[in-house]
Amino acid sequence: MFGLLTAPIASGFPGSLPAMLLFNTEPLAHLRSLDVVVICLYFAMVLWIGFYLKGRTNTSEEFFMAGREMTAWIAGLSFVSANLGSLELMGWAGSAYQYGILATHWYWIGAIPAMLFLGLMMMPFYYVCKTHSVPGYLNLRYGEHARSVAAFAFAVEMILMSGVNMFAMAVVMKVVLGWDLNFSIIVSSLAVAAYVGLGGLRSAIFNEVLQFVLIWGGALLVPILGLIQAGGVSGLKTKIMQNLQTMSSTVAPDSYFHLWRDTGTFAANPMGVHWTGIVFGLGFVISFGYWTTDFLVVQRVLAAHNLRAARMAPIIGSFFKMAVPFIVILPGLLGLVLLQNPDGSHRQLVGEDVTAACTRATAGGLENSGACSAAMAKTNLSADVQQKVLSGAPDSELHTYNQALPLMMVRYMGPGLLGLGITALIAGFMSGMAGNVSAFSTVWTYDIYKPLIHKTGSDSHYVMVGRLSIITGVIVSIGAAYLVQQFHGIMDYVQALFSIFVAPLLATILFGMFWKRATRLAGFLGLLTGIIFSASLFMWVKFNPAALATVALSPDAKPMAENVFRALWAFLFTAIVIMVTSAITKPRPVTELEGLVYGATKLPAEEPAPWFKREWTWAIVAVVIFAALNIIFW
Amino acid sequence: MRGSGIPIWFFIGVLLTIYGAMILVYGVAEWTTGNYPAGVQLTQLHTPVWWGGLLTALGLLYVVKFRPGRSK
Repeated sequence: MFGLLTAPIASGFPGSLPAMLLFNTEPLAHLRSLDVVVICLYFAMVLWIGFYLKGRTNTSEEFFMAGREMTAWIAGLSFVSANLGSLELMGWAGSAYQYGILATHWYWIGAIPAMLFLGLMMMPFYYVCKTHSVPGYLNLRYGEHARSVAAFAFAVEMILMSGVNMFAMAVVMKVVLGWDLNFSIIVSSLAVAAYVGLGGLRSAIFNEVLQFVLIWGGALLVPILGLIQAGGVSGLKTKIMQNLQTMSSTVAPDSYFHLWRDTGTFAANPMGVHWTGIVFGLGFVISFGYWTTDFLVVQRVLAAHNLRAARMAPIIGSFFKMAVPFIVILPGLLGLVLLQNPDGSHRQLVGEDVTAACTRATAGGLENSGACSAAMAKTNLSADVQQKVLSGAPDSELHTYNQALPLMMVRYMGPGLLGLGITALIAGFMSGMAGNVSAFSTVWTYDIYKPLIHKTGSDSHYVMVGRLSIITGVIVSIGAAYLVQQFHGIMDYVQALFSIFVAPLLATILFGMFWKRATRLAGFLGLLTGIIFSASLFMWVKFNPAALATVALSPDAKPMAENVFRALWAFLFTAIVIMVTSAITKPRPVTELEGLVYGATKLPAEEPAPWFKREWTWAIVAVVIFAALNIIFW
Repeated sequence: MRGSGIPIWFFIGVLLTIYGAMILVYGVAEWTTGNYPAGVQLTQLHTPVWWGGLLTALGLLYVVKFRPGRSK
């Protein structure tokens, strides 16, 4: 859901990606020539779109805002797709394998309310003020200083995240297909630089819609065929219960099928979470922070052709978001019962820490059998399997939770179909990179270069700066990717950037948009001190792990709880700073807040539309489906 | 996208048609020769045939409906 953020929260996937490189094993899949043709065709199509759109991308409005001519459907699909990366798919399938359908919270309560709120309540202000970016809104509402803080934070975060994304893709391609890291990084970055540099945001949006279709075309087969083989939903449920009863689990096996029932205490559910953390931390601060203020996704909606389309786009996106667990969570659950070892026995997946401890030396034996044995002792692996791993027997490699989805793909997809599945993964990675780079280009040009470096350039000058910033951004991303490869610990800090930044930004924007009294100084101080406060909490826990119990209010808290509670405290801290500072400083006249703040803005009249085309109608439908899903899987 | 350019749905239609046709042809060849890939499950369902056919049909629908120059 939150790009690279959520996967480490639940599964430790990206953070432990480097560990995957340590495990010297055979690739999971071998491509045939038909698969290679499928992948090459995708690259050809992506470049064709970029070259085609270059001729239609001449002005800055066309390059940075896609001409503001996207329909609600395209903006909505792009909005969801920009977030649906391959790490999402693989990480959350792995989380479903570990935690059951609790992982679905990140797709439902962790997304739907925020998406609907963006469309119904916030989009009018973003859209009516005609800002080019989220820092641009802060400039209009709070002034230059708040904009500069947000712009620099966004720019650094996006470019580093792009590098991490690039490195993550290279690692996954190496593990799944055995591809060389350098090959994956260079090819993907060149393709992204070409199509975004040529066609700007319009090209990025087109490719995100294409990617969305490919992900469904490539990944939908896994749950369909898996359900057929498992004997339908009831067969799946029965088999999971049988499997889990044989494992030494502290929670009831049927808690894998309940979203809320067992969240009254930390210990009663497989994920070790409490409903308050899910509702307030995930469902409010983190979710609203990401879906309503992260420029990477908001930029897609700003490209809509009118206010109604801009409001409808997140609502349309919410329906697709609710459907994503079918291709992500269900394959993880199916993996629990269907994955088999080469000898036909049931295959159990393990965490990256276990595969790292069981690293094989090039000669074939284990590097440290003691560490491996100790790591496996904490798992549910049978004694027979553990013995095979320790003896280095052929076909005894361990596979991680995060490999659940590719393993399921290999299980059902022959030549051609496997190429389609791998193309879906590649498309997901490239789309994530393109989203970061296109957002970086806009923020750099409009919020840093234009106001701070060169204020009086021509329109074509800023388009050129935008294109150059994309190339520069890709080069810096490649540098970041290699930096992460050399110094794995950096990855933790890069991923923390988003979670440090999001809560203060959410508080600053919400107060700016819904409280006329919030002053310029309050916005700037709230944002700046909120970021410092949030970063301080992060560093405190980083260098003193015992502090986690204080931050997360429980000695049993896990890293996921830390992220959620840190966001909550940072939000509250920023809110207090804004309220106190506003109380002692002079507010702006209400007339200056026209188009920026609720209560001071007269929204433009929308063209009359029949009830079935109105945004409120579809928002209500989305709420009903959302509520029904939560009740059904209670 | 609005305006007079080629809609994204046309590009998607082209790619789905090519993918679908390739996978369908492979699936038919696999079925007629009985030469199934090792390790792949449920080959008796002939997934490449119906999935390839579905992708082709969907792709053609998009190509025809959103072809450049078609009056709206």
